[in-house]
Amino acid sequence: MITLKVNGEVHQLDVDPNMPLLWALRENLQLTGTKFGCGMAQCGACTVHLNGQAIRSCVTPISVATSGEITTIEAIGAEGDLHPVQEAWIDHQVPQCGYCQSGQIMSAVALLDNNPNPDEAAIDQAMAGNICRCGMYGRIKKAIQSVGVQSFDPAQEVQDA
Amino acid sequence: MPSLGKWTRRGLITTGVLATGGLAIGVALRPGHRAPELARFVTSEEEHLVNVWVKIAPDNTITAIVPHSEMGQGAQTALTQMLADEMGARWDDVTFIEAPAIDEYANWALGKGFILGPADIPEALVPTVDGLFLQVAKTMNLQITGGSMSIRSTGVYGMRVAGAAAREVLVEAAANAWGVPPGEIVAKNSELIHEATRNRSEFAGFAEAAAQIAPSSSPRLKTPEEFTIMGKHVERLDIPAKVDGTAMFGIDAVVPEMKHAAILGAPVFGAVVVSMDTDAAIKQPGVLGIVNLGDAIAVVADGYWQAEQALKAVQVEWSQTGNEHLNSDEIFAKFDADIAAAWESGTTTDDVNTGDVVTAMGAADNLVEARYRVPYLAHSCMEPMNATAKVENGRCEVWLGTQNPLGAKHEVAQALEIEPPRVRIHQHFLGGGFGRRATHDVAIQAARIAKEVGVPVKLIWSREEDVRHDRYRPAVASHFKAALDESGQITAWENVFNEKHEPDEAPTIPYAVANQRIHFADSSTHVPFGAWRSVDHSQHGFFTESFVDELAIAADKDPYEYRRDMLSHKPRHLAVLTKAAVEANWGEVLTEGRGRGISLQESFGSIVAQVVDVTVEKGQVKVDRVVCAIDPGFAVSPDGLTAQMESGIIYGLSAALYGDIQIQNGAVVQGNFHDYRSVRLNEAPVIETHIINSHAPWGGAGEPGTPGIAPALANAVYQATGTRVRQLPISNYDFTYRVVEPEEVI
Repeated sequence: MITLKVNGEVHQLDVDPNMPLLWALRENLQLTGTKFGCGMAQCGACTVHLNGQAIRSCVTPISVATSGEITTIEAIGAEGDLHPVQEAWIDHQVPQCGYCQSGQIMSAVALLDNNPNPDEAAIDQAMAGNICRCGMYGRIKKAIQSVGVQSFDPAQEVQDA
Repeated sequence: MPSLGKWTRRGLITTGVLATGGLAIGVALRPGHRAPELARFVTSEEEHLVNVWVKIAPDNTITAIVPHSEMGQGAQTALTQMLADEMGARWDDVTFIEAPAIDEYANWALGKGFILGPADIPEALVPTVDGLFLQVAKTMNLQITGGSMSIRSTGVYGMRVAGAAAREVLVEAAANAWGVPPGEIVAKNSELIHEATRNRSEFAGFAEAAAQIAPSSSPRLKTPEEFTIMGKHVERLDIPAKVDGTAMFGIDAVVPEMKHAAILGAPVFGAVVVSMDTDAAIKQPGVLGIVNLGDAIAVVADGYWQAEQALKAVQVEWSQTGNEHLNSDEIFAKFDADIAAAWESGTTTDDVNTGDVVTAMGAADNLVEARYRVPYLAHSCMEPMNATAKVENGRCEVWLGTQNPLGAKHEVAQALEIEPPRVRIHQHFLGGGFGRRATHDVAIQAARIAKEVGVPVKLIWSREEDVRHDRYRPAVASHFKAALDESGQITAWENVFNEKHEPDEAPTIPYAVANQRIHFADSSTHVPFGAWRSVDHSQHGFFTESFVDELAIAADKDPYEYRRDMLSHKPRHLAVLTKAAVEANWGEVLTEGRGRGISLQESFGSIVAQVVDVTVEKGQVKVDRVVCAIDPGFAVSPDGLTAQMESGIIYGLSAALYGDIQIQNGAVVQGNFHDYRSVRLNEAPVIETHIINSHAPWGGAGEPGTPGIAPALANAVYQATGTRVRQLPISNYDFTYRVVEPEEVI
């Protein structure tokens, strides 16, 4: 039995410890928001968080993930209370086909958690691993920048100083 | 009495009463699909397909039943905008449903089964409507989203007409009840209003009465000045589900008792299984069965990963097809040889033959010749190909995302040798289509596997399978010869190429050239063809707009001015080209290593010009900016159109820079995103889109952004490096020899 903590819930799974985390999420836990795209960490569609860091679940053996807290797209926000990144994605009308967007959003959330005001180089670096075949890169960049700007409140900075 | 009106040329309108009270309106269209198979089913003016349905429920909600798949192009939202605007509906009252994949969708029986619920159709209507539609609808198996047709065909001739017809019968019903002239009643915000008598009602109040009125044979459509929803920004209806993981793609389907399958197709197209050793694979954990499909083998297991692992342990011997030693170089050599031979022997087929090319070539001051080529391309949708199937008691259900639900139904039925009504398609979101999801090889495989193992099966192709068993944008060679007079004017244009698909006009040029011959030769290969975003325009846009650029250079003219001066007879093209040039600051002097290129391409009813800025540094091509101008006639959804330009440009840019499916030993070499590369966020240029609403007939959006990027880029690279790119992809070129080291290094 393998113990997995996903979105705050503990699960016991009878699966091969070498199986990639992606398939446990999708097939055993039916968290289908996380997508299969390439199977070799080339496209980012399978991105989830392990202890707050973006990882590619398609190449992460489930055994590696047993010790940590896994977060998927399903738990980033709640209905009626979306994460600011999800709100920004709607404001900028980012998705087209939408298939890569769970992964894009998970990478963007991890980036902003670590760096609330990323410059263009930081966005490039954090997001280069997520392919969007619909090519919505300009909108992704703007959406991330808008969240960064929101979280940066000069008035608050002055008060804090 | 429910009635139907003949609406010549465009279509036919029907009304009916909902089971629950309310109005249903159907509009039949003459089909405008690109698929040639359709033509044989539609042979007379009397044959139509119902494409659009609207219903108004007693609670005043309005539902548009839209026959197009949502693959990210926002068509369902834009189509709904068109309907709501013509009706005078409030945007928030309108929802859409994607039409189900049943033949009856295309005829009045749909009303019986799907819209009207259990209510009977008035007898008077049945023979007329069914008689009219059945012949086509029953044999018809196409319901395609493709060819950028959603807005310009279904939208203009279906949604708008349905909306206007609904408005007119509602207004007339209200006018009858209130005893006022219909012309004094306004339909606005889902209400009917007569100012003078202060009469006011929700649409639903007159829906049932309206259903008794014969719709006009030609309802009056709004003029652009009257639009309140079309041309305005509305948020796409499908986006919220795509930011929280709840959007259900084909790959997300869950069916009780479902098992998982992985598959391996014959590496060489056309080969079949001669023998296989499954002893090791069958013993692996979770494996339930191994299915020989002839041209592929599939492993079925409890989980996908188990199936994939076991598949690696199957040993297969494939048959010899005779193509086992074929590679890309030989294929291109064959194209060149076949083109030259057909040209010489006069066995080519003409697309265009005007004036006297031979005489004009003979009188030329300058003859320019060039040979171009493009490689095979895969679609590589983000969502790998997949389908889930259940076969039980001679019936089949399939869960998938498809560009053509009716086609899927008929193809699966044919493969299983059952009647089409015994197949049910459950449509899901498409994780990219680009033409790939208009064919149903995967659905057929899933159905055959599910039938053989006797349990529902979700079949997922690995990315490698997806790249190696696509239906490819063909590799194409194109040979050019042009005559210039002493002023540099083009006096003759001759072009011969291989591979002819659609649209017919793809290789034509908009420029005023008196003597033209455009023709093609046959040169077949074993690599399967598929429609790839913009189809033939994807290659001919690159060929013709690169060669025109070469001619501008040969004539010692500015590439923008050269094109401009040949377009005085094409004011829309001229306006689009000029818009792009002006917005891009064409004519500005660029620093060493930078280049700016331009292209112009009309496709799918829209005209697009692009100006690309590149920097070539240490041999690396960096695309800095793309300025795009488009005249689509009218932009129903300006942000949606802009998004389609951005998408089409990045898709075409990936192909222009990197796209290269190579054949070695008869099989595709590439397999995943590391060797079949896509543009990534850090490489993506800034894209500016400028829309010109010329109010010419409305054009498409999904494809027209793609053809112009490769030539504009190649032309920019020429300006930056002096190297003329005549073969894609650009990443195969070595530009390092042109590098000028920075002064401080020297």
